[in-house]
Amino acid sequence: MEKFDAVVLGGGLNGLATALALGGRKCRTPLNVAVVDRGDPVQLVRSQDDTRASALTYATQEMMGGLGTRDGIAPHLQPMQSIVVSDAKAGAARDTLLSFLFAEGKPPAAMIENVVLMRALLAEIAQSSTIKIFAHETVGNFNFGPGKAVVELANGQKLKADLIIGAEGRASPSRVAAGIKMDGWDYPNSAITLSVGHEMPHGGRAEEHFTEHGVFAILPLTGNRSSIVWTEPHVKAHEICGLTELEFKALLERQFGAHLGALSVLSKPQVHPLAMQLCGSFTATRLALVGDAAHVVHPLAGLGLNLGFKDVAALSDCVMAAASSGEDIGASAVLDSYNRWRRFDTFTTAMMIDGLHRLFANNDASLRLVRRAGLRFADKAGAMKAAFAKEAAGTAGSLPRLMRGLAA
Amino acid sequence: MISDSSPTLSSLDAAEVEKFSKLAAVWWDPKGKMGVLHKFNPVRLVWIKEQVCARFGLDPLLREPFKGLRFLDIGCGGGLLCEPMARLGATVVGVDPSEKNIRTAQVHAAEMELAIDYRVGKAEDLADTGEQFDVILNMEVIEHVGMPQFFVKSCCAMIKPGGLMFVATLNRTLKSFGLAIIGAEYVLGWLPKGTHNWEKFIKPEELREWLSGNGVTLKAECGVTYHPLANEWRKAKDIDVNYMVVAQKS
Repeated sequence: MEKFDAVVLGGGLNGLATALALGGRKCRTPLNVAVVDRGDPVQLVRSQDDTRASALTYATQEMMGGLGTRDGIAPHLQPMQSIVVSDAKAGAARDTLLSFLFAEGKPPAAMIENVVLMRALLAEIAQSSTIKIFAHETVGNFNFGPGKAVVELANGQKLKADLIIGAEGRASPSRVAAGIKMDGWDYPNSAITLSVGHEMPHGGRAEEHFTEHGVFAILPLTGNRSSIVWTEPHVKAHEICGLTELEFKALLERQFGAHLGALSVLSKPQVHPLAMQLCGSFTATRLALVGDAAHVVHPLAGLGLNLGFKDVAALSDCVMAAASSGEDIGASAVLDSYNRWRRFDTFTTAMMIDGLHRLFANNDASLRLVRRAGLRFADKAGAMKAAFAKEAAGTAGSLPRLMRGLAA
Repeated sequence: MISDSSPTLSSLDAAEVEKFSKLAAVWWDPKGKMGVLHKFNPVRLVWIKEQVCARFGLDPLLREPFKGLRFLDIGCGGGLLCEPMARLGATVVGVDPSEKNIRTAQVHAAEMELAIDYRVGKAEDLADTGEQFDVILNMEVIEHVGMPQFFVKSCCAMIKPGGLMFVATLNRTLKSFGLAIIGAEYVLGWLPKGTHNWEKFIKPEELREWLSGNGVTLKAECGVTYHPLANEWRKAKDIDVNYMVVAQKS
């Protein structure tokens, strides 16, 4: 039986960030951490299958410094110099309703491809002598305490730890095993994601065009490239992805517009069903959930990944303080403080995102009027815009150490 | 008599282990009967670590900075302080007059896979055996003993030259009567009624005098106050109610 301080289940972005936040070489006092993944994260980043990109808030970018991955991602970050929000209902001209310019001071967010971020996290983990990755392994059996937690891998190997971290994503087996319920709903829409190349530079401009089915977002990547998030009803989304390359490109061009010149499709489009899910609790006996294992939010505001990373940073604060005092890092007092910290924040963010979605993703005439009036007002109202910008920068609310750029 | 008569885990049968395991769960439940102690623990632990590292020149960033140091926890109860000290690398002896507490602490330490030497008995008995410690933790005990002066004397005898003793207790002030007795026991119900006897609370100057009479010099003191909004205890300058001192033997 191998012993660790913490076992992280899931080697995706949140799982790898957790491993670094508890056991990376940047930590003031690194813990011994195991990461169990059903695939092999190292092989995954070599393939080009994942076309998703994320907006990293300023706070999350600071966290990359705290985790030791700032240099790895810096060349691949595309700052969002401006954000344009428009009403793009069928037939409507894309009236600009709201625009943000971040010329003075730091831009609130920067775009990065998920696979690049993952590569940087893995490179830093490879440098850490206190993190061990168990690839191609699944957990066959969970035993959460009372003294220690033991996870039994499918191959019979047992890992013992004070704390288990569930970072396996939406279907989190550890969450299910601990009996934590998820509440929420599915949206009738899916998001199509892909990356495109275009003739002309985007100038760091992000575009969010709201259609009756949600958002068609053009998010700037480095070079003359952008990441597309395109929401459509489930069936239509699959139909669109089933089109021939030529048909798909023609449809994309109509949605995208001609303002950046000729388009080229750089990756195979993927379909992701949209949902809003929140866990009843972030913790159970010797278990803490992070990322999509705890919450799934609508991707329209690009906040999902940042919410997950804030979980990781907050958990790191709670666990590292306990370890420093010699306390049991899996004790319920430690986990309770993490749960209290994250539950309220996640709930309010999720509701804000859902509210935005409901406000925008429909064609009701009266709501449309409110939307236009409201956003035009917001565009003029400085204080409100500053508050939006602060939320978008991820600096609203109390920030854990890592998100202030400090080591865990 | 102390060490030889202490129970060991192996002397307990399965039913007893189960009984004490249940008691341990009560002791270690932050929302349970011992909730106040759990709330108190973080601030005590941080201060103890700071002071011990400063005195012995230890690196607080090590996983086990206390390695090589011998600790005694007097009135250890279920082991709320012994376990963190052991995790920080200390060799720990925990002593408590209640056999129930000691067995509870032993069962919990076994669950946590920590090696802690728990013994049934009083500090005075242990002092008679001539044992010596680098650090003695004497937390929230002195206000419960019959003759605190003699108790302090016994404790001081067990500190190695240059070693430290931490004492946490309650000050005998009008404010402590209001907060610790009326407030904590009668209004908030944090502690069972009769937990504390105000007349037995210790003034810092009394403590300082008893310590110095035994060659032990008070190095630092700090208050601990409750912050209701954050629901946590914090270090403070106000020593009118709960306070801690650290003293060093010459």
